[in-house]
Amino acid sequence: MIITRPRDWSRIIENLESIGARRVFLMGCGQCATVAHTGGEPELRETAERLGEAGYEVTGWTVGEVTCHLNGTKLERRKHQEAIDAADAVLVLACGAGVQTTADAIAKPVFPGLESLFLGTVIRNGVFEERCQTCGDCVLDKTAGICPVTTCPKGLLNGPCGGMWNGMCEVLTDRECTHVRIRKRLAEQGRTGKGTLAPKDFSTALKPGAVNIRDRKDER
Amino acid sequence: MSRLRDKLEAGEFVVTGEVAPPKGADLASMHAAVDILAPHCDALNVTDNQGATLHLSSLAASKAILDRGVEPIFQQTCRDRNRLALQSDLLAAWSLGLENVLMVTGDDPRAGDHPNAKGVFDLDSTQLAQVAVGMNEGRDMMGHELKGATGFYIGGAMFPEAEPWDVQLARTEQKIEAGIRFFQTQAVFDMDKLERAVEAVRPLGAKIIASVLVIKSPGVIRFVNEHLAGLMIPDAIADRIRSAADPAEEAVLLAAEQVREIRQIADGVHVMPLGLDLAIGRILGEG
Ligand code: SF4
Ligand code: SF4
Repeated sequence: MIITRPRDWSRIIENLESIGARRVFLMGCGQCATVAHTGGEPELRETAERLGEAGYEVTGWTVGEVTCHLNGTKLERRKHQEAIDAADAVLVLACGAGVQTTADAIAKPVFPGLESLFLGTVIRNGVFEERCQTCGDCVLDKTAGICPVTTCPKGLLNGPCGGMWNGMCEVLTDRECTHVRIRKRLAEQGRTGKGTLAPKDFSTALKPGAVNIRDRKDER
Repeated sequence: MSRLRDKLEAGEFVVTGEVAPPKGADLASMHAAVDILAPHCDALNVTDNQGATLHLSSLAASKAILDRGVEPIFQQTCRDRNRLALQSDLLAAWSLGLENVLMVTGDDPRAGDHPNAKGVFDLDSTQLAQVAVGMNEGRDMMGHELKGATGFYIGGAMFPEAEPWDVQLARTEQKIEAGIRFFQTQAVFDMDKLERAVEAVRPLGAKIIASVLVIKSPGVIRFVNEHLAGLMIPDAIADRIRSAADPAEEAVLLAAEQVREIRQIADGVHVMPLGLDLAIGRILGEG
């Protein structure tokens, strides 16, 4: 899921002030931002209260089911049309994709209420770790399900590097070296891990990514 | 012709040293170090933005040393250049007469003097070695033919004391398979571990040059243990330097002992005098 954290409050206020907004509509997200405890119901209530204390009027709020889903967010707009019409701005407590989808769906100034950090795993409630950079050329098949691109701070495909010490990482010294973990897990599974992983194909990760599976049917 | 290659392949013991290019455009201090070390060495490593701190490029400094009649080992880190830049620097190196290359990963930028820099690591050191092998065979890493092949003697780094050993061993085997012909090790303190490494690598046809770090003062111990990744000075050695009446003299004696042992075990020795350059003759036991 996409891991987010609250944006600095002063920046949010600065954004609202920049257009002289007094009335604000709040949009959250029922998926990642809810799990990350950054854009679910409790956070929206808290934000509404805080805006109220700061002298803003919150015209309404909603937690979109999947805010990065364009049609769903358009539907959400129709459900809350009146409150949205009454607002000068929309503050979105969702990842950057959710903010952009909202900005496409609602013809009002839309501001981000969160900072989008990474694509991560929920280790346990409230503890998140980055696990994938969506590189488009996955090597997990060869690395025992541990991503070196993301979890080795240098992103080395072959390692460990010379900074590894006693199995620990040179850069993040409190963490086990990714390549030690990979080699251990491969060995545990009776896989050799011999050979050298080929250089990454960075053309698969050119921005912006776009996929259209409607076309794909024709390719089959 | 690479004297380093000739001697190693002939089974002769080699001595290498190391110089750092200046932080600036004035080569005088580097040349002063070269002039002291070179008479005792078969080749000198020229570091590449070591410690992720900005220095004049290894390429230019290696060429400057060559012009002074000394054989350089051109170091290339993967940290600062993408695959296009690495390959064009390799071609440049060969065209300038540099034959020895040492492929290293490079410290993380956060450890250096430009902590905001993007670490490139487009290739890792093993992949870079494969690229150089390809260039020796006349093609770039996309398989395109080159106008003029290179003939590099390709080296890599090795860490005989970094545990877990099975991981290090697998890594070393991987590097040999990728085309690395000689290793220069991290500073060695435990000769049993060096022996273990040599026994593993020799049958695979690669050579090992073991490093000796001259620990001239307790300050060096602190610096190494706190700031150098992948290296720890063991207590016994640290205590010996700390309790010595003349730490610098003790460091030279210790280094000389280590060199004597390494001569019995490895294919060469790499001396890092860390400021005690003038003692290199004594360290090497040249009387
Ligand atoms: S290899 Fe690429 S796609 Fe696979 S987990 Fe890592 S970043 Fe994600
Ligand atoms: S120690 Fe391991 S995880 Fe850390 S940077 Fe080096 S190879 Fe990557």
